[in-house]
Formats: sequence, structure tokens, C-alpha cells
Amino acid sequence: MKAPYSPRDIVDFVVIGSGAAGGVMAKELSEAGFSVVVLEQGPWLKEKDFLHDEIKFTMHSPLTNDTKRQPLTYRENDSMKARPLKAIEYGRQVGGGTVHFTGNYWRFHESDFHERTLFGGVPGTGFADWPLSYAELEPFYTKAEHDMGISGLGGANPFEGPRSKPYPLPPMPAKSSGVLLERAAKKLGLHAFPAPVAVLSKPYRGRSACTSCGMCEYFGCEMRAKSSTLVSVIPMALRTGRCEVRPDSYVRQIRMDSNGRTNGVLYFDANRREVFQKARAVALCANGVESPRLLLNSKTSRAPDGLANSSGLVGKYLMWDNGAFVSGLFEEPLNEFKGIQVGRVLHDFYNADPKRGFYGGGGIDARFNFYPVSFGLGGLPEDAPKWGAGYKRMLREYFTRTMSLLSHTTSLPQLTNNVSLDPDMRDAWGLPAARITYSPHADDLATLRWIQPKQEEILRAAGAKRVWRYPVDEFGMSLHLMGTCRMGLDPKTSVVNPYSRSHDVPNLYIVDGSNFVTSARQQPTATIQALAYRAADRIIAESKRGGL
Amino acid sequence: MSGGFSTRRQMLASAFLLGAGAEIGEALQHAHQAVRQGFAVQSLPPEMAKEVEALVCQIIPSGDGPGARETGVIHFIDRALGTFAADQKDLYLRSMGEVQEVRRKMFPESASIAGLTDVQQIALVHAIEKTPFFGTLRTHTVMGFLGSPEYGGNQGGAGWAHIGFEDKMAFDPPFGAYDAAAERGGQ
Repeated sequence: MKAPYSPRDIVDFVVIGSGAAGGVMAKELSEAGFSVVVLEQGPWLKEKDFLHDEIKFTMHSPLTNDTKRQPLTYRENDSMKARPLKAIEYGRQVGGGTVHFTGNYWRFHESDFHERTLFGGVPGTGFADWPLSYAELEPFYTKAEHDMGISGLGGANPFEGPRSKPYPLPPMPAKSSGVLLERAAKKLGLHAFPAPVAVLSKPYRGRSACTSCGMCEYFGCEMRAKSSTLVSVIPMALRTGRCEVRPDSYVRQIRMDSNGRTNGVLYFDANRREVFQKARAVALCANGVESPRLLLNSKTSRAPDGLANSSGLVGKYLMWDNGAFVSGLFEEPLNEFKGIQVGRVLHDFYNADPKRGFYGGGGIDARFNFYPVSFGLGGLPEDAPKWGAGYKRMLREYFTRTMSLLSHTTSLPQLTNNVSLDPDMRDAWGLPAARITYSPHADDLATLRWIQPKQEEILRAAGAKRVWRYPVDEFGMSLHLMGTCRMGLDPKTSVVNPYSRSHDVPNLYIVDGSNFVTSARQQPTATIQALAYRAADRIIAESKRGGL
Repeated sequence: MSGGFSTRRQMLASAFLLGAGAEIGEALQHAHQAVRQGFAVQSLPPEMAKEVEALVCQIIPSGDGPGARETGVIHFIDRALGTFAADQKDLYLRSMGEVQEVRRKMFPESASIAGLTDVQQIALVHAIEKTPFFGTLRTHTVMGFLGSPEYGGNQGGAGWAHIGFEDKMAFDPPFGAYDAAAERGGQ
């Protein structure tokens, strides 16, 4: 069967979502000979749609979920009434969040997968080991790095697990912040290394190299140098002739037959017509909030609490995008707006240590965080004048001379943090909106308070004339959506098996950040994609044995 | 949690600017017209636009390089209030009346904000700097000074030049003083 398909065709797979995981599933499954329809709720954009316009792309965020049409509600705990708030954000177009993300592409460490065993339990949480090891995932990290086009220096991070192959591309050019981070690291006995990033340092597979324009986070790449699924694996899927991507297709329900298997997906097309696409199997890759929401919205009389939810854990254990932020002022211009966002990283504070009295750790990156308008609004120290001649003078002095360090820290899985359906709010299609319930664990806050002074110390060691911090108890939107369909061996305590297959529905695969058992230290994209390659590999192997 | 949501990513997206993406194209078109038409305003009454401009020119004053006046921030604001920030127009209309009340109390002899001396204008801004309206006005001023010239402000890229930002599609290393020094040092 060749694409395009008709809804009446029974395709092998419907893939819901075309982001980090959906793009990989589309490519792997179609290359293996399966017929695949990818349903993406957002538009299919091209390079010409991506501009250097800070007001449009960072303030109005057209590349992310639009809360006018898809409202979200938020509350701190379940005794409260949720109020409308864009508490989480995700990419909403073909390519999903890989289109507008910063491009950080760390592998998780070996310890991340069995940290519960190493560290011990944390009361009041679902802190657990993953049902797979780093070694099992390693070949799929490697595959992801080569398919996407990742730049980095293998072996430069002394804390990283063993790797079977070097990165396909050398690291990006050093920035001043990277040189300063290395200088500080040497003084303090730490280990800065070139950030592994989903950006091309050299031409790769028909795509041109990055020109260091500086507009990565929140922007789409105008020259296809950012290794989104939009420009890497999705074109490979399309070249098979067996994959069809349908943009502007908003899924409302995963349908079930009388045998407890899914038989396709009901969605709204661009004209809001309901379409039922028949399929032999479904890969749900809609992200850590939309995947559980869709499962909850797909409840049936046999699954009254939502599809794939016999454990009651669909939507539970939502983990957050935690991190502390500090900036420093230097004598000379760094011009951090030139080059990719993150140039150098260090992982010396990554591991948790029971001696500290709390669970947690983090990676730290040297990061350009403020385009001009956002710098004017929030880039200066808190005590700087907000207007007038003094403000204007400081803008001039600080913009080119500021360096920032962002840590990426742990978020413990708690049952009380979750995605559920809002009882009152509905989206523009009439579907119940996602309700986010979240409060950080005390250890998450302790970790932020512990790591932030280390970031300040690094900036001082680098020679900063002045260092200032941002509050850690005012947390922001979460962009890393993790934990809400966790993987595990036991169907009572997990939603999917170690290959991202639903325990309850044998032909439903749930593959995205929702599978994460722990948050590791954020930057989830590499691991989401490795899990997707592993899930696809298993599907292909099973189908050869007649399993699909 | 006492703090709630703010921090690094949220500060990119001030609450009153959220969710107006579709009207951006329109804003750009209007901005082009604005530049052609000189000071003509379309959203604010012309007299009020002059008063708003007097305030924004204290937020980013002239001198030591171009300020809000020379970069056309008032055009940015006027176009924004007709497009993606249309829901803020009432706030301007209402709040400017309140600012005039404050002015009359502080300077009973005065007839307008624009007619105040520099020192008086600065005193007036100090008197209103904690109000939500001033927060909005400041945000719009910074956007007009440092956002893309396509929106009618930051004319000639003078706001960017002031802070040292270059709007280019490509940069070659070395990017800054420290990587340049490291390169020279053979690191």
C-alpha cells in the first residue's frame, strides 16, 4: 500500500504526533515496510515561515500550543479549583517541539536508570528504577544521534556512560561563555565540555551547517541546521512512499474494538470534519501532557477511567522542568547573541548524594537566554533602574557583557502532580481541557537552593565583576513534559512496558516523555528519541515473528 | 508555593501579550504605513499619543544615543494597540486619564505632560511607576525600542545599535572578546 491513504484503508500504524518521538516512529516503521499515517494537530511549516522576529516568536509563541483554542488550567494541589494558565508548553507543528527547542541533546547517565537502587527511596514519591539500563538504550542513543545529526565531542563528558560511536559531527565553535566556563572549571576542579546539540556544525545529509545566527530557542531554523524531526527523520519517512503526514489533524479519540484492541483513531481535520482512520496499531506520541489527556478523553464503558489506565497512573507523576538561573557581568563584550544558545556544559553536580540530606542534582549550562526585548525586560539585576537614563546606560553596558548559567535539576515523581481533565474548561473543539496539578517536592526546592550558589561561584571564578541570581521559588512554565505514562514491568504500577507498549491494549504504543520514570537532569529529547527507536525496533522484531 | 509562575521563560511572555499571534501580520503592515505617514496615529487620539510619547521618552530618554523618541516607540505602541495589543487600548485610555489627574495634583499650573519640564516629567513617572499601567507602558516601550523595526519602532535598528545587538543571518567566530583571546592564545 502506497501513501497517500484513505481513511477507509486499514493502515498498519497511525502515529499521533510528529515531534521528537512521532517523527522517529514514522521513519522507523515506514522504512521497515509498514504503512503509516501521522496525525499532527499543528501546521506543516517551511523554512520561509521561520523569521528573526523576537516579538512574534518568543512573545506570541506561534510554534507552541495556543491557549486561546486549547486552554489549560493549573492548580497547586487537588483541594484547589484550577484556573486558566499556560503552565506547560509544547511544540505544535510538524516536528513538534524539536522545531523550536534549544537543541540540547544530552544522554542520560548510567546512574539515571537505577538511581532508586543507588540512592534509596524518597518518602512520599514514586521514585523508582527504570525497567531498562543505559546499556540497553545505548545503541538507540547512537542511532538517534546519527539520524538527527548531533554535534558534540564523545568522551569529553567524564561522567557520561560508555558510547559505541562518536558523535557524527564535531562540536560547535566555542563562544566566550564557553571559554569562561572552561576557565572557571579549571580553577575549581570541574569539567566543562562542549554541549552536545541537535545543530549541525558541518553540512550533513543534504542539510547545511549552522551559521551561528543565534536564534534557536523559540525559533524555527531558517537554514535547516537545527536537527528537528521536521528536517531529519520525517523527510526520510516520506521518501519511503509509505508514510503520509496529515497536518492540522486534531485527534479526539483512540477507538477500541470489542476485543480490547484499538482499531483506529477519530480526529478532526483542518475543516473540523470528523474523520476515522482505521489502523492495525496506534503509536501515541503526543507528549507528556497531550498523550495522557487523549487517553483520558478516550474512555469507554470497558475502560471508564480512560484507555490504558487499569493502573490508574495515566496522567500521574508529572515531573517539571526545574532549573536555577544566574547571570554575571564581565569586563569585555561576550556577544552571547552570536552562536547557538548553549556552548559548554558541566555535569560535576549531576549525581545525588544522600549525605546532603535531600535527593537531587543537576547539570549546568552556559546559556544565552535573552534576546534584545527580553533582556530589556528581565536581563538586568533586580536592583537595576527600570527606566530612565540609568536604565538605558545599563542596557548598553550589560547586553553584550552578560553571561548566564542555567542549571537543569531533578523533579521527583509525585502522585499528587498530574494531568487530568478539567471538569469545566473545554477547548475550541469541545473536548475537556488538560488540568495541570503541580507543586514541587521539598527536595526539588532544596536542590535548586543548593545548586544556585555553585553557579554563582562558577561565574565569580570565571572573573565576573558582578553576579546576580533569579528567584528559585518562582517556577516557570514547564517545557519538559515527563512521567505521565510511566514505563515498568508491573502493570499495576506502570502504564507501558519497557518497550513503550501499553500493558492494557496490546496494539497501542505510547512513546514520548510520558514514559520517563524519573526526570534525570532534564534535557529529555535524546532519551525520548532513543526510547522511540527502541520501541520501533521491538515492534519490527515482533512483527517478523507475526506479532503485530 | 508562594511565588507562582514567573522566571526565565515566563518573562519572555508577559501576561498581557499572550495569544495574539494571528494579528502579527496585520501589525507589520500597519507599521509600514506608519513609517510612511510620519507621526500619524491610528489607535490613540493624537493629543493622547503626544502625552504617551512624553512618558515613554522618560523610560528611554534621548541623549547618550537615540532614545524612545528617535526610534519611533510611539508608532510601535499605536500600531500594537490597533493589532496584537488591541485589548490593551482601554487600559491606555483609562489610565492616561488617571495619569493626568496625578499631573494636575503635582503640577496644578501645568496643561499637559508634554509641556512639563524634564525634572517634572521624571517626578511624575516616579509617582506612577508602581502602577500596572506603567508596567504595560514600560513593556511596550522596551518592545518598541528593541523589537524588530518591522513593527514601527526601533527605527533604523537604532535600539539594537545602542545595546550592541546585530541582526544578521550569520556570524563567524570569534564572537566575543574571550573566545577571541583564547583563539589568539592557541587554546
